[in-house]
Amino acid sequence: MKHLRLARLFLALCSISATAADETSIVLIDAPDRDFTTAHCAICHSLDYITMNAPVMDRARWRATVQKMIDRFGAPIEAKDVDRLVAYLSQHYVNRE
Amino acid sequence: MLTRRELMAASAAVLASSREALASEAGLVALPDKKPLIARSFRPPNFETPLADLRQPFTRNDAFFVRYHLPVIPEIDTSDWTLAIAGPGTERELTLSLRDLRRDFERVAIPAVNQCSGNRRGLFVPRVPGVQWEHGAMGHALWGGVRLADVLRRAGVRPDAVEVVFECADAGVLPQTPVYVKSLPIDRAVAESTLIAFEMNGKPLPHLHGAPARLVVPGWTATYWMKHLRTIRVVQQPFDGFWMKNAYRLPLGAFPGARFPSQDDASTTPITEILVNSIITSPAEGNRLRRSKPAEVRGWAWDGGSGIAAVDISVDRGQSWQPAKLDAEIGPFAWRGFRFRLDTRTAGTLEVMARATGRNGQRQPQALTVNAAGYHHNVPQVVKVEVA
Ligand code: HEC
Repeated sequence: MKHLRLARLFLALCSISATAADETSIVLIDAPDRDFTTAHCAICHSLDYITMNAPVMDRARWRATVQKMIDRFGAPIEAKDVDRLVAYLSQHYVNRE
Repeated sequence: MLTRRELMAASAAVLASSREALASEAGLVALPDKKPLIARSFRPPNFETPLADLRQPFTRNDAFFVRYHLPVIPEIDTSDWTLAIAGPGTERELTLSLRDLRRDFERVAIPAVNQCSGNRRGLFVPRVPGVQWEHGAMGHALWGGVRLADVLRRAGVRPDAVEVVFECADAGVLPQTPVYVKSLPIDRAVAESTLIAFEMNGKPLPHLHGAPARLVVPGWTATYWMKHLRTIRVVQQPFDGFWMKNAYRLPLGAFPGARFPSQDDASTTPITEILVNSIITSPAEGNRLRRSKPAEVRGWAWDGGSGIAAVDISVDRGQSWQPAKLDAEIGPFAWRGFRFRLDTRTAGTLEVMARATGRNGQRQPQALTVNAAGYHHNVPQVVKVEVA
């Protein structure tokens, strides 16, 4: 499956750069679809783009952001996977203030 | 699907941005050749200058904030780097080495603030997505190089030129991601102060600040200060690219500042000049001041190049204001120091604010002008201190 291939790519990238404080220190919350999300969202940038924006986000903003990654930046995410990514992101990375 | 080439590009990116990153206390992280800075993101590297490093008149190169949109950042060998001047708006094409630039054109150095459009985005209410910068996505340096106008004059600019387009060496992981390309209106490109810079505070431009050469556009936000320059193209049509048409846009008419008419659309316009602003560098939030002991408010004020006319200080959260003393002015694009003696005779809380006014009459506003991308935050800070 494609997302497994992406996950392997991500792990390969991590092993190249195992130093004290680098992006491997940023790990998404351990819950269903964590690896699925990591595989799609760590291709072009580190996952701090997600953690840093959590206080700003809600479900609608995550949907818009995932769509922007696809439409504007060419993220290799299939339309059928969007709901799954938005579900994970908006369950774990939203404003709880 | 990822090709082998893409995989290699991605690996290079990780190596480039996290190589030898070192941890230290308080969430500060040191990139190669940098002191520990506030890590906003690792790949691409977005690192913010802590407030304490903004106290010196010139921000140290190793403390200067780092901002990239895209993570593949090649280390360029200065000795075989060349800059191409091309495009349908030129009379002839040029290829210039760093030696040519140094030897053939008049050298200029300009003290100027380099400030990210999204500086203080993280302080927006309501909050907006993007890199969550606080006060340190800015710095002040002496930029040395040659005038872009002189270089363009040698290439010969045709009278119908509209914009100048700047292409750099950095890129995204996937070829589908738009590379970071920006343009300037022709009149701003040939303005006296627009430089092709290869020195920063008297030193060769450091890698993370755009080596071998970058664009310096004093008075305009840092989005136009293109790093790792490769090609400069003079064009007769407005440049059509993602980072001009879809990013760095403001609602039309919402803010003052230079216009960029060839890039306007029906409802939005590109961000251009820095708005009048100031920063209090001391005291710091939460400081305790000894009663009846002399204490001073200090900081910097700057704008898009009209120069700073006045800075006023409030100690009661903006109910009343008194003028601060201004340091000497070293240039229209430089920041200007201010100082103000605090009255520490009575115990209690002071809510200190600074409010700058430019020579063009513009003053820091009381309220934020909300905009979707979180640009132009120039509302006065409030620094709370205890006198006890
Ligand atoms: C094809 C490359 C690519 C992929 C894949 C990708 N992004 Fe991005 N993303 C970008 C780029 C480029 C930016 C802009 C970076 C900058 O300007 O600092 C960005 C920025 C962001 C931002 C900052 C806010 C904004 O709108 O610019 C967030 C949040 C984000 N990405 C989340 C995600 C998530 C979640 C995923 C997975 C669903 C993802 N990204 C996958 C390229 C990508």
